[in-house]
This record gives sequence, C-alpha cells and structure tokens, in this order.
Amino acid sequence: MGMDSDLFCEGLVRRFGSNAAVDHVSLDVPAGTFFSILGPSGCGKTTLLRLLAGFDKPDEGDIHIRGQRMNDVPPNRRPVNMVFQHLALFPTMTVGDNIGYGLKRRRMPLAERRKRIARVLEQVGLPDLEHRNPQELSGGQRQRVALARCLVLEPTLLLLDEPLGALDLKLREQMKVELKHLQKQFGTTFVYITHDQSEAMVMSDQVAVMRDGRFDQVAPPEELYREPATPFVAGFVGDNNRLSGELVSVRDDLAEIRLDDGVLVQGRVASDNLRTGHRAELYIRPESLLLSGDALSAGFSSMQANVRTTLFDGANSRVEAENCGQPVYARLPQDGSAPRLSADSSIRLAWNPALARVFGADSL
Amino acid sequence: MRSSVSRLSLWLLLTPFLLWIVLLVLLPHLQMLRVSFQVRESWDTIAWGIEQYQNFFTESYYWRTFVRTGVMSLFTTFLTLIIAFPIAWYIARLARGRSKGILFLACLIPFWASELVRTYGWMILLRESGLFSSWLQALGWVDGPVEMLYNDVAVIIGLVYNGLLFMVVPLVTTLDGMDENLVEAGYDLGGGHGTVLREIVVPWAMPGIVSGCIVVFMLTLGSYLTPVLMGGKDSAWFTEQIFTQFITRFNWEQGAALGVLLLVLSSVIVWLGLKISGQSLRKVMG
Repeated sequence: MGMDSDLFCEGLVRRFGSNAAVDHVSLDVPAGTFFSILGPSGCGKTTLLRLLAGFDKPDEGDIHIRGQRMNDVPPNRRPVNMVFQHLALFPTMTVGDNIGYGLKRRRMPLAERRKRIARVLEQVGLPDLEHRNPQELSGGQRQRVALARCLVLEPTLLLLDEPLGALDLKLREQMKVELKHLQKQFGTTFVYITHDQSEAMVMSDQVAVMRDGRFDQVAPPEELYREPATPFVAGFVGDNNRLSGELVSVRDDLAEIRLDDGVLVQGRVASDNLRTGHRAELYIRPESLLLSGDALSAGFSSMQANVRTTLFDGANSRVEAENCGQPVYARLPQDGSAPRLSADSSIRLAWNPALARVFGADSL
Repeated sequence: MRSSVSRLSLWLLLTPFLLWIVLLVLLPHLQMLRVSFQVRESWDTIAWGIEQYQNFFTESYYWRTFVRTGVMSLFTTFLTLIIAFPIAWYIARLARGRSKGILFLACLIPFWASELVRTYGWMILLRESGLFSSWLQALGWVDGPVEMLYNDVAVIIGLVYNGLLFMVVPLVTTLDGMDENLVEAGYDLGGGHGTVLREIVVPWAMPGIVSGCIVVFMLTLGSYLTPVLMGGKDSAWFTEQIFTQFITRFNWEQGAALGVLLLVLSSVIVWLGLKISGQSLRKVMG
C-alpha cells in the first residue's frame, strides 16, 4: 500500500482555463488488481487517464508508479501501456508487426520477438494470426490484438480507455468476462475507465465513481452498490428509486421521512447532514421493493403507488408505478406470483428499511 | 427502349472525355511518335529510320542534358517533399479552425498568378540589382552586388516553389485522415520521435507522398519557363532542347524524338517510384 503500490497518486489537478477537469484526485491501486474509474462523459476520467499515460501533465500533484515519480517521464519511458478507445492498431502493419512494435523498440532480437508474439497471441486466444492485417479481423479479434500489443511488453500498469464501447452488446458481455480472466491470467494491474456501470461492476476489484473531476466514492463493486456514499453514486450505480420527503426524526441509524402524500417511511441514515424539518431523499433499489397485498414483516415501510405499465425484460422485468408524481420501479417476482397489475390500479410497495438509504437533500 | 436510352446517355457523357483523350492526348502523341521515326531525305520524300534516336545517343550534349534534367527533377521532388511535409503536418494536425483555412489559402495564393509572374517575382529578389543583393550590401556583408540568378540553385528554388502546393495538398489530405491515437500509441509503446515518424506516420502518409511526388516530378521534368528564366542560357534543361529543335531549328523530327524520350523517362521513373514504395497508381490517385 501507499508508495509501494503499482499506482499511487496524490492531489492530482489538471485545469483547462478556469475549469479543473481533474480536481484533487488521489488514488492507490495495489499490484495485480483491476481498478475502474466510472463516471458520466465529461467527468474528467479520460483526462485522468491521459495524465497517467503521460500524454498530458498534471498542474499539481504527483504520480508514482511502483514508488517512482512519473511526472517528468515521457510516455515512451513509462512502464505503462494504453488500450485506446478506438484501439489505434497500426493499419500499415500486420498483427505480428503491431505486437512486435514495442518489443522492437527494446531492441529484442528477431527470433525472441517472434516467440513472444506467438505466445501472447496464444494467450489471448488468437493463435496463428500474425500475418493478417488488422482490417481483416472482427471487432472482438481486434480488441484482443490491442490487448496483446500492450501485454506483450509486460507493463506495470495497463490503462484501458472504454475499449468495449465500439462492440455490439453480445460481444461486449462476452469481452467483459474475458477481460477479467485475462487480467487474472497475466496478473497485470488494470486501470479501466468507462461510463458503463455494468462493465465496471463485473470486472473490477475496486471502482472509483468520478464526478466533476473528483472521486465521489472508491469501493469494491458490492459496497458501491449496497452502501453508496453519496446520492450521486446511489443514482448512478445500478437502478435506484428516489423518494423525496421531509425528515421527521432520526433514531439510532434509522431516519423517518414523510413522503409528499403524508405516509411515513424509514431508511438507514447515509449522510450526516440530516436535519429534522428539512428535505431528505430516500433511495431504494427496485429489487428491494416487495409487491404485497399480504402481511408484512414488522418494521417494514410501505407506500401506495399507481401502476403505469409493466416492462417485461426477462429476469429484469419491472413494474413502473407512480407516487406523488415521482416514478417508482419495482422488480417483478420471477415465478409469476405477482398480482395482476393493470394500468391505474393501486399497489402497495414495501421494503425493509435496512435496505433503503436516506440522504439530506442538499448533500448532492 | 430503356436500355437504349441509358446507353445513349452514357455515350453522351463519355463523348467530351473521349474527344479530349483522343484528340488532345492520343493523336498528338501518336503523330509525334510517327514524326520521330521519319528521316528527311529531300523535300518530297520521306524515309523511315531511327536516325534521330541515334543522334540522341551519339551527341553527348543531348543525353547529358537529359540525365541532368532527370537527376535535378528527382532532387527537386525530394526537396519539395522535405519542405512540404512539416508544412502539411502543421496544417493537418496542429492548426485549428480558421488558421487552418488561412494557412491553406496562403499556400494557394501564389497560384493565382501565372508561372511567369511567379518566376519574375523570384528574379526581382535574386538578381544582381535585386532585393537580397542590396540588403546584403546595406548590412555590409558583401562589398559589391551579388548575382544570385542563373545558377542551379536558383533553378531549384524556382522549381521547388512551383511544386510546393502540389505536394502540400495530397499530404494534408492523407495526414488529415490519420487518427491522433495512432501517434500516441506509437509513443505509448516505447517509440521516440524518429521511430513514430518512420514506422507510423510515413507509412500512413505513403499514398499522399507518392501522389505528391509523381505530380511534382512530372511538373518539374516538363517545366520550361522556370529553368529558362532563372537558369539563364546555361541552364541546359531538356525541354529547352525540344523547344530549340521545334522552333529555332525547325527540326520537328529531332524534336519529336526528344519528346518521346522525355515521355519514356518520366514514365519509367514514375513506375520505378511506385514499385519501390509498394504503391499502385490506383491507390495513389485514389
């Protein structure tokens, strides 16, 4: 940890004019882990990655890779390689030459180079494609060549700039899993940036959620999902329902709020700016909402909502309802046990307060 | 009915092109080829022979001018490429928005004047009583007037100037289409400036380089005004030989033979250039 991590940054700032694209970001990535930076477009994640690669210089702060300060090291001398968003395979070279490019720069003899190229192609599952041109390959194959081109150099750190963005959905799902396996197999530290929360969740050991140049939260995916630290994280990572109301009381770690239709509901306290009488927001995941006409466990909160429509999407089927003008989504049970839900009928949605999180409305 | 209409319109579309290629390109060249093999015996008889071509090889002045023109054209082309590449790089990769258009226009503006005017412009600068000469004297670096015209350097300056635009345009077009990430990837994987230029940028720009070189080479080889005006009477450019044969000596047979040889030379060199650079004419002219 600390200075000995594969990547350690402290107080990184990069300004464009008066706007700080990267605003005092610190991060610590231990060796061999898969670290994702997740954020909406324009949050500064690409700028951050370019600072790490060396294409841009920070205005403040230090970048350390395995304890070595990298600020003044040009990109071609950093132990860091990057998989570009559009891959940037050299179109004038064969696959083999693309992969051999970096090895050649290290003056590796031809025979050794050939051996390494063949081996890495084997490892990414593309044996015997050395002599093809990148243009002749499919999207998924090109992806793997771009990975192989970096991994063959055995970098300390591999940076990935949304490389799955250009693939179609099916292939993207497949590559997600594959990328995770490749990372484990090579043991290289990956820093992956994406705006797709599912990519970040599936692959990462740690995810940093970035907004307006800052990290909102850095945590393992599950913690991010279950214990979002800010309303932004709660809303950005996974589907979530937001119910706003007025804070009535706080008892231990349970906050009680009055929704706009007067119903009192409860959730866990998630921020320290809750004041009674002020507005507060309760976040509850669609899968935590129970459709119930039947008896509730003691202590559950519940509310009435009007059904708008049902959205069938296999395992992810939901009902869209409305409470005081706010849309509410609830996951439908998989066994088809849900009561008949016709539009405009009224349903009762209940939840365990331990699964809901309450933030003060001004903690955005 | 329908197919006959479409066939008619096809022929109508093709007619101007066919007229041009047959009347202005094919016929004159065939005629020139024919004339070059004619031997004058007397005023009303014509014999066939290769006398004119023999003259070319036996008269050392002819073929030495020929070789000199070829070598100097190649050198001019190379120099134009070296000068045009950074300009094109700047316009295509570094300049943004308005400045890009203005820079492009700046390359184009000299071509609003004729070659004659452009060449006289250089003469005003370079001649004995010209601007450069008087500046040098004013600065006290030289004692008397300096003649900078009428030598090979002056000829090459003029030719490079004339060819520059035709090199810049295809280079800008190819470099414009290059993904910035390719260059970054080149550095990221450990390459230095030289490596990135040699292994990534130049191979990418090759179609533009070759097409620019072909155009500039042909323009240079066939240029007449610039070598004559800036090189003076000793410039010994091959097109001058052809002019002399046709106009001064009225020896059309010899002039035609020299013209055919020039055509062969330019074709062979372009073919060699394409072979060496591994490009095809179709790819280059795109």
